Amino acid sequence: MTNTVSTSATRRPDRAALVIAVVLALVAAVIVYSTATAHGGSTTRIGPGAFPYAISGCLFVLSVWTGIEAWRGDFPEREAQEFGPVIWIVGGLAAQMLLLNTVGFSIATGILFAATARGFGKRPLWMTIPIGIVLSFVVWIIFAKGLQLSLPAGPLEHLI
Amino acid sequence: MDTFTLLAHGFLVALEPMNLFYALVGVTLGTAVGVLPGIGPALTVALLLPVTYKLDPAGSLIMFAGIYYGGMYGGSTTSILLNTPGESASIVTALEGNKMARAGRGGPALATAAIGSFVAGLIATLGLALIAPTIVKFALSFGPAEYFALMILAFMTVSAAFGDSTLRGLTALFLGLALGLVGIDLQTGQARLAFGIPDLLDGVEVTTLAVALFAIGETLSVAAARYGGDEKIEPVKGSVWMNREDWSRSWKPWLRGTIIGFPIGAMPAGGAEIGTFLSYSVEKQLAKKPEEFGHGAIEGVAGPEAANNASAAGTLVPLLTLGLPTTATAAIMLAGFQQFGLQPGPLLFATNPQIVWGLIASLLVANFMLLVLNLPMIGLWVRLLSIPRHWLYAGILVFATLGTIGANPSTFELGMLLAFGVMGYILRRFGYPIAPVVVGLILGPMAEQQLRRALAISQGDVTVLVGSPIAIILLVLAVCAVVVPLILRARGKGKVLSQLAANED
Repeated sequence: MTNTVSTSATRRPDRAALVIAVVLALVAAVIVYSTATAHGGSTTRIGPGAFPYAISGCLFVLSVWTGIEAWRGDFPEREAQEFGPVIWIVGGLAAQMLLLNTVGFSIATGILFAATARGFGKRPLWMTIPIGIVLSFVVWIIFAKGLQLSLPAGPLEHLI
Repeated sequence: MDTFTLLAHGFLVALEPMNLFYALVGVTLGTAVGVLPGIGPALTVALLLPVTYKLDPAGSLIMFAGIYYGGMYGGSTTSILLNTPGESASIVTALEGNKMARAGRGGPALATAAIGSFVAGLIATLGLALIAPTIVKFALSFGPAEYFALMILAFMTVSAAFGDSTLRGLTALFLGLALGLVGIDLQTGQARLAFGIPDLLDGVEVTTLAVALFAIGETLSVAAARYGGDEKIEPVKGSVWMNREDWSRSWKPWLRGTIIGFPIGAMPAGGAEIGTFLSYSVEKQLAKKPEEFGHGAIEGVAGPEAANNASAAGTLVPLLTLGLPTTATAAIMLAGFQQFGLQPGPLLFATNPQIVWGLIASLLVANFMLLVLNLPMIGLWVRLLSIPRHWLYAGILVFATLGTIGANPSTFELGMLLAFGVMGYILRRFGYPIAPVVVGLILGPMAEQQLRRALAISQGDVTVLVGSPIAIILLVLAVCAVVVPLILRARGKGKVLSQLAANED
């Protein structure tokens, strides 16, 4: 929002920011809907609905405000992004999430480790995955055996 | 003095061998993690929370104290040796500190930061011990209406007062408040926004949200930005000790920084950065050699570092005495208390004095340990700094998910972690601050409870909210916190405010 960049060329409606405005309005609508259809619980003078309605009201106002700023192109300029790394890392997290309870902590987290390293440009996977699994296995021993944290065990962890 | 008796009792707790060990582990882990580039104090505390899960409350909080101070210290090492843009926690230290390191004076820069942190930590922690009982006495007279007003003030200062946009600050806050609605309503037992999913009935975990927003969001935005290239670690050449001139130029900035930082941290306003910026400009004006500023003036490291640590200790004042977290770090520490069923606030001083005073005493112990440990171990911290990016962030994500898995090894919880991580990336991309989301999540339900309690006592009469002078003053201040920055920005003075943004911490 510096004054120097507010030339006519940059003051174009910001589509991505308009999407944010819509999302905020949707969140507000979901809160209203969910609160209006909720039932159960005991009754009190100021019920469990008051605060959600107030918050969704404010979110709605913020949505309109965001829409106006987006329309005027008031959001800060964004640098170009590479989405390849993001996909690798999100994929790694998703893989860990889905595999965790079947293959155990070490293997699932090792895959996350390798995928993240790949996102930062480190390959090949046949090298980084074993490194990740060994590291995660060490972490598992420290935290599950040493600090009694309940981390899911898989075939590797059952070896000891 | 009563306070000193209590503090002495606190030392009896803190100096037990096992607790000393916990403090030592805390400062070491805290520094080691805090040194890693891209990890600020908030994330340090969130990442290390699982280490404390299985300890008893006192031991866990003592380790926490160490982690907190260690994390603060580690951050300054990073910014001196590695000019990390985007890490706002000790961004001012980087201004002069990195210049000093480039000029081959990295050793004295680290030393003045370490000793300044010690001096500030010592004075500010004693200040905390002295001021806390008074505030507790005052806070005991607070009713729900005053608490509600206080929380509104904290909401507004955390979200709207600083940063580059009132709109985006408030939006971040309300996202946090909306997430805080999820789960069973405490007063009526009604499920809200759970959509029939049992995992959501307990609400959104503060640590899950904080780790996702800070660790995963940060990792994604660094990976996507790929701005690598000019990150150069400055080697520490020569002696780490300060010469006579360094000492004589440092001690006054340490004290001034402490005096500036502590009150700012102690006010329910949040943000260690404000103090560091003020201290920097004060030192610049008072310096005998102002021409050195921008080229590595030692005053510009000593003052802001002291201010940074003093205000870190200051944020513990509202946290411990009022139960009011004003930074993301404090919000996570509050979550750390809550895992043991402890609610910080005036009552905790009455019900668990040994824990509160033990914690304050261990802050002093941790502070002393940091001074002894850190300068000799600088070589090790430097080696940590040189971990290649790809291994570093891969490791960060391993530990980020470890905390969530350790607390609740369910696919659903990891799914939330991933979803919030993506949200954190989007928030960063569009210039939204992160801290208000975390503070909103933890403080929202507390504010709601106070509001409903106030209205229940008054039998629905809303004027009770402005029924006392204290409540009115707090609410007026809250309005000012929103309106004044809006006017300043409209008049083109927004740049100063955006520099004061309290993002990371």
